Amino acid sequence: MSVTHAAAPPRARREGRKALLWMSPWLIGFAVFFVYPLVATAYFSFHRYDLFTLEFTGLDNYRYFFHDDRAWISIKNTLWLVVFMVPAQVLFGLAVAQLLTRLKAGAGFFRTVFYLPSLVPLVAGTVSFVFLMNPSGPLNQIIEFFGIAAPDWFGDKDWAKPGLTLLAMWGIGNTMMIFLAALLDVPKHLYEAAAIDGASGWRQFRSITLPMISPVLMFSTVTGVIYALQYFTQAMIASRVAAGVTDSPGSSFVPGYPEMSTLTLPQWLFHAGFRDFSMGYACVLALLLFAASMIFTLVLLRQFRAFTDDEGGNR
Amino acid sequence: MTTTLATRPPAAAAPARRTGTRGGRVRRTLYWIATHALAVALSLMFIGPLVFVALTALMTDDQALTGELWPDSWNWGNFAEVFARSHLLGWLGNTFMYAGLGTLFMLLSSVPVAYAMARFRFRGRKLAFLAVITMMMLPPQVIAVPVYLIWARFELTGTLWPLILPMLLGDAFSIFLLRQFLITIPREYTEAARVDGCSDFWTLIRVILPMARPAIAAVALFQFFYCWNDYYGPLLYAQINEENWTLSLGLASFRALHSVQWNLTMAATLLVMAPVIIVFFFAQRVFIEGVTLTGVKG
Repeated sequence: MSVTHAAAPPRARREGRKALLWMSPWLIGFAVFFVYPLVATAYFSFHRYDLFTLEFTGLDNYRYFFHDDRAWISIKNTLWLVVFMVPAQVLFGLAVAQLLTRLKAGAGFFRTVFYLPSLVPLVAGTVSFVFLMNPSGPLNQIIEFFGIAAPDWFGDKDWAKPGLTLLAMWGIGNTMMIFLAALLDVPKHLYEAAAIDGASGWRQFRSITLPMISPVLMFSTVTGVIYALQYFTQAMIASRVAAGVTDSPGSSFVPGYPEMSTLTLPQWLFHAGFRDFSMGYACVLALLLFAASMIFTLVLLRQFRAFTDDEGGNR
Repeated sequence: MTTTLATRPPAAAAPARRTGTRGGRVRRTLYWIATHALAVALSLMFIGPLVFVALTALMTDDQALTGELWPDSWNWGNFAEVFARSHLLGWLGNTFMYAGLGTLFMLLSSVPVAYAMARFRFRGRKLAFLAVITMMMLPPQVIAVPVYLIWARFELTGTLWPLILPMLLGDAFSIFLLRQFLITIPREYTEAARVDGCSDFWTLIRVILPMARPAIAAVALFQFFYCWNDYYGPLLYAQINEENWTLSLGLASFRALHSVQWNLTMAATLLVMAPVIIVFFFAQRVFIEGVTLTGVKG
């Protein structure tokens, strides 16, 4: 050990150069697909740009943003997903994982079954759900069998987002797997000791399970929020299939059917940039999306930095 | 006391203790039944949608509109009709090209980068790792406009190349996951190879790659599935050119093109899902180990 220590300075420099060489593909990628686009996005946001003419317009795009009702609707919808869809996913994933740890028979089989839907291609899963949840579809048949009036899910502005939430809960697989691994990592003897002390199931969950899995809970929530901010495909497909419209450049179809209830910020950004060709304005929305996701990424980075200190450090 | 415990709802019951009393045994049995019944009910909810899709795919189009759950007649010809009415094979070929080349390029570029990040000691390695996470979490729509303009300059919009070529420059998620695995390999292995006079390149090939096979298999599968399922990327670049559509793009416009023929739409949906589900059953372990790696454990 003292040998490596003595040889450290020249070797560190040599390793530094070597690392630079080995990592060069990614460093180029980072520059071309991260740093440059961010700078360019900021630059374009002060311009009017439609792929052909570039014209400096100062703060016009930003001013327009404050009068753009659809942008605000899309922000509200995206926030709805963060506030309702993400907790629903995290809690459901945790509950299913918790159940899996309690199964004495067939745990492997059930794990496979619960995980499977998360692999179904997003477009295929969404098209399926729009069909299953159509007014006369199987789900509503089942609901009405119990004498309850079933909603018109993807055709009703109040029910489209809850419908998408159900779709999200169906594809819970990854969250569930991460929780399952964390739950199985909790030392068994803690539960045994608590059981001897007479702690109830709920009490054990609160005092042992929750503190032990809190880093994973945090990780799932934060990544869930970041993915909710990018929520695009399912909303786009659901609105298109429910409305029965194709999308193509220059088409007048505005996503968000019904009544813009499924219009999320990334969709509106996409529409502004690549359907209306108001690329400068799209960049304003892009910066907003960047700022929002960056806040949560920073939380994640702090968590990872704490971990890399012990394990990824220079040991 | 045993009676109060026995009447307690099973969900709140503590994990069964070996009390040996009859009440304890009854309670354990009830608990067993309750948890397994719940698991079966959940399974039906997870599998149900796929079953209904399959059943609808086999109905006549009139029946598919009625909301009936069981097909009157089994119309296997619906699948043939999907092939006849759409360019499913063409979409499949494009999807294979995107997913196959994307995965290959990603592996070629990301494995060495992750190796360097996990093994070499240099200033800024922590910073590099944090940069990888930041890039991994960046919503793709944020950088869409400038990146689109880059590809427009190379006249590659309308093709899938803007999605494939960047894979040569590494994929943040794959680098992250590989690095998480590689740091768990004890340094003694690489040090021993170094002492034996192995260069870094050969250490990677001969020592690291065989040990990292599960992680490499996991990122390869994740990447393949990501490309296979991707809708946003192909929508942005290939929507304008029907020749380069992928399965996702084709399926997304399928219902609109074939008005309200839900049976055919469901048949097409099933055909798109099938390969993924089949692969999953063969490679389940790889997936499950891979997902666990994405957790926060160091």
